[in-house]
Amino acid sequence: MPTLNMVQALNLALREEMQRDQDVVLLGEDVGKDGGVFRITEGLHDLFGSRRVLDTPLSESGIAGVSIGMAVYGLKPVAEIQFMGFIYSAMEQLFCHAARIRSRSRGRFTCPIVIRTPYGAGIKAPELHEESAEALFCHMPGVKVVVPSTPYIAKGLLISSIRDPDPVIFLEPARLYRLIKEDVPEGEYTIPLGKARIVQEGNAVTVLAWGSMLQRVLQAAGAADCEIIDLMTLNPFDEETIFKSVKKTGRVVIVHEAPRTCGFGAELSASIAEDAMLYLKAPIIRVTGYDAVMPLAKLEDYYIPDVEKIKRAVNEVLKYY
Amino acid sequence: MPEKIIESFNIKRLEVLDEKGDADASLMPPLSDDEIKKMYELLILSRTFDRYALNLQREGRLGTYASILGQEASQIGSAFAVENTDWIFPSFREMGVYLTAGFPPYKLFQYWSGDERGITPPDNLNIFPVCVPVGTQIPHATGAAMAAVYRGDKTAVLAYFGDGGTSKGDFHEGLNIAGVFRLPVIFICQNNQWAISVPRERQTASKTLAQKAMAYGFEGLQVDGNDIFAVYKATRDALKKARQGEGPTLIECFTYRMSDHTTADDATRYRSMEEVEQWKQKDPALRLKLFLEKKGLWTEAYQKKIEEESKTIIEDAVKKEEAIQPPQPKDMFTYTYEKLSQRQSRQIKDF
Repeated sequence: MPTLNMVQALNLALREEMQRDQDVVLLGEDVGKDGGVFRITEGLHDLFGSRRVLDTPLSESGIAGVSIGMAVYGLKPVAEIQFMGFIYSAMEQLFCHAARIRSRSRGRFTCPIVIRTPYGAGIKAPELHEESAEALFCHMPGVKVVVPSTPYIAKGLLISSIRDPDPVIFLEPARLYRLIKEDVPEGEYTIPLGKARIVQEGNAVTVLAWGSMLQRVLQAAGAADCEIIDLMTLNPFDEETIFKSVKKTGRVVIVHEAPRTCGFGAELSASIAEDAMLYLKAPIIRVTGYDAVMPLAKLEDYYIPDVEKIKRAVNEVLKYY
Repeated sequence: MPEKIIESFNIKRLEVLDEKGDADASLMPPLSDDEIKKMYELLILSRTFDRYALNLQREGRLGTYASILGQEASQIGSAFAVENTDWIFPSFREMGVYLTAGFPPYKLFQYWSGDERGITPPDNLNIFPVCVPVGTQIPHATGAAMAAVYRGDKTAVLAYFGDGGTSKGDFHEGLNIAGVFRLPVIFICQNNQWAISVPRERQTASKTLAQKAMAYGFEGLQVDGNDIFAVYKATRDALKKARQGEGPTLIECFTYRMSDHTTADDATRYRSMEEVEQWKQKDPALRLKLFLEKKGLWTEAYQKKIEEESKTIIEDAVKKEEAIQPPQPKDMFTYTYEKLSQRQSRQIKDF
């Protein structure tokens, strides 16, 4: 079994799905000959040609809009938005159309697109190259939001996203692209959307995380009696798995990189308060980025939740019996 | 080094049928008498639909509605050239396009009364639901055309939008990509001179909207949008070109919105009655009627007959629509995703 990093795992998923299904096409800026700025699509242009791997003009709203048109016609476009900070100009297409086409047409038309984009901090890139705006998409019914946390998970989730009949925003934690290697089998396996996974079982604290924060949570709480849950899909999220764990542990720490106010942790926290308040032994603690604009490289380590902060939060909730 | 001209352009304006009902034989597209009468009948039907919709809205039986009055030639002339396999991406002021494509009128009333089920096209029609955010449907047409090429289909795609839509970023992105990939898509701009209260000259400093196509590397032309033959000919030629792999076309239909923007608007606040009166002389139905009369194809009796037929079709449609049971609240959830989410499965129990 090959040992791959996330870049290679995503590349393998795209290659296998394109071989399996003629309707899968790739489009985006620099995804063709260049293989994408992070090389996720490397070699696919050579393998499948410019008919199936389309270098588009520099045009984020156009890429999203054209993908929607292709999808309603019957194709399965997988579009790359080069960095999450550039997805803002495609928001109208994604919110006003991709999310609504099934509903607006009462199922006559569907929009099975995948919008892949690198997201999150830690790569020392220019402004707007390190955004964590996942919560914006979680507030929009009709789109799914998927975040992988390891190479193996990334391949399985991307295959599921491509096969999903609804639009998927697939957020690739840029810091993880080459950070971890693990065994990733060739050939088909899928990881279902809408399901969380329990990464580590435990009885004292439920720690909720996704994407690049999962690694830090494992470092901070891997030795403690923590139940660590990787959400994998944020919208729609797996409330059953979360509630079950919270009812067992009675303590919750939520970790995300995005700003705190209206971050996805707020939704998780409110949901737990509504459905499992009487099981709680301690206040729910969120460890998040600050309510400040994501800084450039010299300040980014102050912004992103680190292992120490996560450890402190776990110790804090453990003070309550 | 001397300066030199490296690019220049001319913009064609096409007119076939004048206000007196005389057609230029050298430009007249090949249409049988029956086809021309069919066009006229669709025009009367669309106008009847529009009149009834406005009245129903006043009576509180329909929601806010966007009238097509004055733009019927642009809509019917273009949609009449389309094949059943072609795809159409309309905006919200295209009831004449829907009716010409064969969309059942009762479903249009159903939609405007606030029921999504109304805008679901029959299985044999590829006409997209009404697009509300101006201009954002343009890249969809480009994408559908890209998919048609990918599949090797001879399908062409039409996108409808107005003069206001040309100011939007998606107009640029949609036309630009269509030009780069030479896609079989026809951009029909109904320049009706007004985007709610903002006149055409406040949308762009360009002399025409047609010339914007030049910047994207394909042909743009202006047609008299109240001249059904000019619109039909331009669309037919553009479709032929598209099917031959010769790329997109932008057609600016120079027309006029005779009515308010919607039933929620009052156009007397921002435009003069003199202007509206001047455009009445250019009425698209009147000149087609004169043309038919000169050809001996129009009589008072024929006019009465088709008006009665249109009235019957529309009144039957209203009756049919008003007998439809309201949608189920559960439908809100059913069509969000293919399957209900865990949370939706709980929320749907409210109903």
